[in-house]
Amino acid sequence: MQWESWSAFWDMGGAAFYVWGSYGLTFALIALELVLVMQRRKEAVTRLLRWRRAVGKDSAKKGGVPAPFVESET
Amino acid sequence: MNSPERSRSFFRFAAPHNFYPLAGRLAPWFGAAAVVLTLVGLWLAFFVAPTDATQGQVYRVIFIHVPAAWMSMFIYLVMALWSAVGLVMNTRLSFVVSQALAPTGAMFCFVALWTGALWGKPTWGAYWVWDARLTSQLLLLFLYFGFIALTRAIEDPRRADRAGAIIALVGAVNVPIIYFSVKWWNTLHQGASVSLTKAPSMAATMLAGMLVMAFAAWAYTLAVVLWRVRPMILERERHAEWVGGVLEREAQIKGGRA
Repeated sequence: MQWESWSAFWDMGGAAFYVWGSYGLTFALIALELVLVMQRRKEAVTRLLRWRRAVGKDSAKKGGVPAPFVESET
Repeated sequence: MNSPERSRSFFRFAAPHNFYPLAGRLAPWFGAAAVVLTLVGLWLAFFVAPTDATQGQVYRVIFIHVPAAWMSMFIYLVMALWSAVGLVMNTRLSFVVSQALAPTGAMFCFVALWTGALWGKPTWGAYWVWDARLTSQLLLLFLYFGFIALTRAIEDPRRADRAGAIIALVGAVNVPIIYFSVKWWNTLHQGASVSLTKAPSMAATMLAGMLVMAFAAWAYTLAVVLWRVRPMILERERHAEWVGGVLEREAQIKGGRA
């Protein structure tokens, strides 16, 4: 074990700002990325379902005139 | 040469309607692996790896910094590889995979720069210096942003794919420049701590922590990119019969919840 107490652990030998600033931002960005990916999936499914209803199943096949569909941001 | 059956079974997954369910099945496993590896990695990083003799505790940034920097370079090379495959073999899925990789690569690139700044301040006395390593890594971030902006700005997906692929391929030249910058130029950034040709210049437990965190970053990248690529495939293939089936099932799940 490297630490005499939890407060010594959180203090990181005086480097708390640098160490926790690094880990904190990294895990915050990972959480944000996961949320965005899930939102993106929901939006895409909703939009595609709406698009399918709008064009009707038959015109979605070849030969029909597909309604304009704007791809969402990745 | 591969037997025709084997190559068929491998190339099967180049078809979006085969890749889509495969990605859905694999992603949770990579996600679970990422969680386990991160927990083991953090335990090694904070409770097993010793205090550094010269830097004290601040060196523990390394367990994020190095895996993130490796990942940012590796993801760009994989993007370039899929772009090349797409251009040569004209496979639509390759471009989509390449575009699904970019945001995660940019995220790791930013993390490498951010943690580097926070590590540089207490050890070098500056958050930022225009050193060859730092500057080429910053260029990598701009290449990621350029790739993402360009592929989204062009409306015609085929043209967007090709334009993005060209940025990915041209920008890939920067990756060896980043990697070897510490050898080629006199940089403030230290040389490689781990290389294939000589023994690593760090304690075994430090190295173990770093490698476990690197594997965690791999598993995370695989999971999040597979999750991201799935709706992109549905949008691209929206005229295909099988997408209709997938969406119908989604609508039922939604209806069931409401």
